[in-house]
Amino acid sequence: MKRRTTILTIVIIAIIAVSLAYWYNTTATQKLSGTIEIDGSSTVFPITQAVAEEFQKTDPDVRVNIGVSGTGGGFKRFTAGDTDISDASRPIKASEAQIAEQNGIEYIEFEIALDGLAVVVNKGNTWVDYMTVQELNMTWKPNSTVYKWSDIRPEWPDQPIILYGPGMDSGTFDYFTEVIVGTVDSIRSTDEWTSSEDDNVLVQGVAGDSQALGYFGYAYYKENTDKLKIVPIDSGSGPVTPSDETVNSGQYTPLSRPLFIYVNKESLARDEVKAFVRFYMENALQLVAEVGYTPLPSSVYVENLSKL
Amino acid sequence: MAVKNVRRSNLTRSIKRVVVYAFCVTSILIGLISLVALLFDTFQDGLPWLSPRFLTSFWSRHPEEAGIVAALAGSIWIVGLTAAFSFPLGVSAALYLEEYASKNWFTSFIRLNIVNLAGVPSIVYGILGLGLFVEALALGRSLMAGALTMTLLILPTIIIASQEAIRSVPRAYREGAYALGATPWQVTRGVVLPQAFPGILTGTILALSRAIGEAAPLIVISGLVYVRFVPTGPLDSFTVMPLQIFNWVTLPQPEFRGLAAAGIIVLLTVLLSMNSIAIYIRNRYQKRAR
Repeated sequence: MKRRTTILTIVIIAIIAVSLAYWYNTTATQKLSGTIEIDGSSTVFPITQAVAEEFQKTDPDVRVNIGVSGTGGGFKRFTAGDTDISDASRPIKASEAQIAEQNGIEYIEFEIALDGLAVVVNKGNTWVDYMTVQELNMTWKPNSTVYKWSDIRPEWPDQPIILYGPGMDSGTFDYFTEVIVGTVDSIRSTDEWTSSEDDNVLVQGVAGDSQALGYFGYAYYKENTDKLKIVPIDSGSGPVTPSDETVNSGQYTPLSRPLFIYVNKESLARDEVKAFVRFYMENALQLVAEVGYTPLPSSVYVENLSKL
Repeated sequence: MAVKNVRRSNLTRSIKRVVVYAFCVTSILIGLISLVALLFDTFQDGLPWLSPRFLTSFWSRHPEEAGIVAALAGSIWIVGLTAAFSFPLGVSAALYLEEYASKNWFTSFIRLNIVNLAGVPSIVYGILGLGLFVEALALGRSLMAGALTMTLLILPTIIIASQEAIRSVPRAYREGAYALGATPWQVTRGVVLPQAFPGILTGTILALSRAIGEAAPLIVISGLVYVRFVPTGPLDSFTVMPLQIFNWVTLPQPEFRGLAAAGIIVLLTVLLSMNSIAIYIRNRYQKRAR
């Protein structure tokens, strides 16, 4: 008897809940709904995630799914028409653009932020005051003969140099090799340096090794300033330390790079995608800074809005 | 002389005994200590982040507002669906191999293959699932595709465990039943299955525990880490706890590592409660079988 009453109560509550939910849904007819599929760079992920989180506060019925397959992995899905938006930490490659064309995918590129790459050494490293692009090139190029710090500058200690860098699937690696080594994806033999797809592993590596030299996204340095020493970079007009100002003004060169999102034109015809991209550009200035990257001048976002 | 010899052999014996004893105790201590250290570290990092809010909210960029509900629900869906597919398939396959199949080269070939399949790295199943379920069967990156992939992954384990359990039912029980005129199906249903059930169940739960902790195949199938809804049907997209934990660890802000540790505690709790339910059911069946 008691059991029957409980079941009855549960059923009644369920009926009320369902009808309330139905009523709520039908009264709010103006609301956007649908699913937006996003994949791509793990560097851009925090920005897109922050935008999605804020967007869903006003439009909770739109599902925004974000993956982190890497810039290359993201483009593979994007150019197959599998995703609506692709996060990218480098511009689309000619080979990827060609696949998109073959599959009849048209897209728009939006620049959304700047990201500095930080070159770092151990906190206990007393000798490095700055490095030139030429010195970084010497250290990382294929067939490099730099095995000791003194191989870079004779006055530096006669001790082995231990190198750390992001794995070869990351956009960070692509960009670093392009601007430092001169050719995309060309680097000294992989058994001479430690790579990881997880930048926190690189942070740990450099923090724990007094002979270490490494590079990764500036956001990871910002969270670990107590464990790492940043290396100012000289590209010909004096050493520059990366910061929001020097990245934004273009002084910190060549190690600051633009970040992008790519939007499928066909998807952009859908109301929820259009609203999302609009929201992205309207709020990027604030959200980009909040998650640790450098925003672009606001005129760029205004220009982006006009592309919609 | 003889007495001396006996004494000496007694001495070497007791030395041997002490050495072997010390070795065994050290072995178990190494395992236990590292487990305790690991748990201690995880709980220390994760406990401050663990709260009802953590269990009921979605991911946020503010660590203090972030939660695991989407991944928790995804994991429960995956395990539930995987259990629904793999249990009947696995037990039937084991029953066929043990009770019905004639012993020839073909069945031993199948057996050998099943044992080998149990050792295939899980990422291989992920790639197979991507080609077969996501693309060829057009299930998309859905819970269904994920659960079917997991089913393939754990089927060999369930089949092998069930075979062992079925084989351990004494021959005499079957013969007794046959002597009373029972059909093969009656023998299977009335004698073999009830006796083997506790063993089958243990194997299944261990296999499902593996499924809930696997990240590699689901990175390939789902790939999602930010999902802001709880899946409501088997064709919804999803994320699971191991993916969520993995992604939190890679973020620059150290707070997210605390969230990752809290996620690990939740994962462990789900795992342990699954295991204890299994042990409870097994004990009940064991009593009934006797």
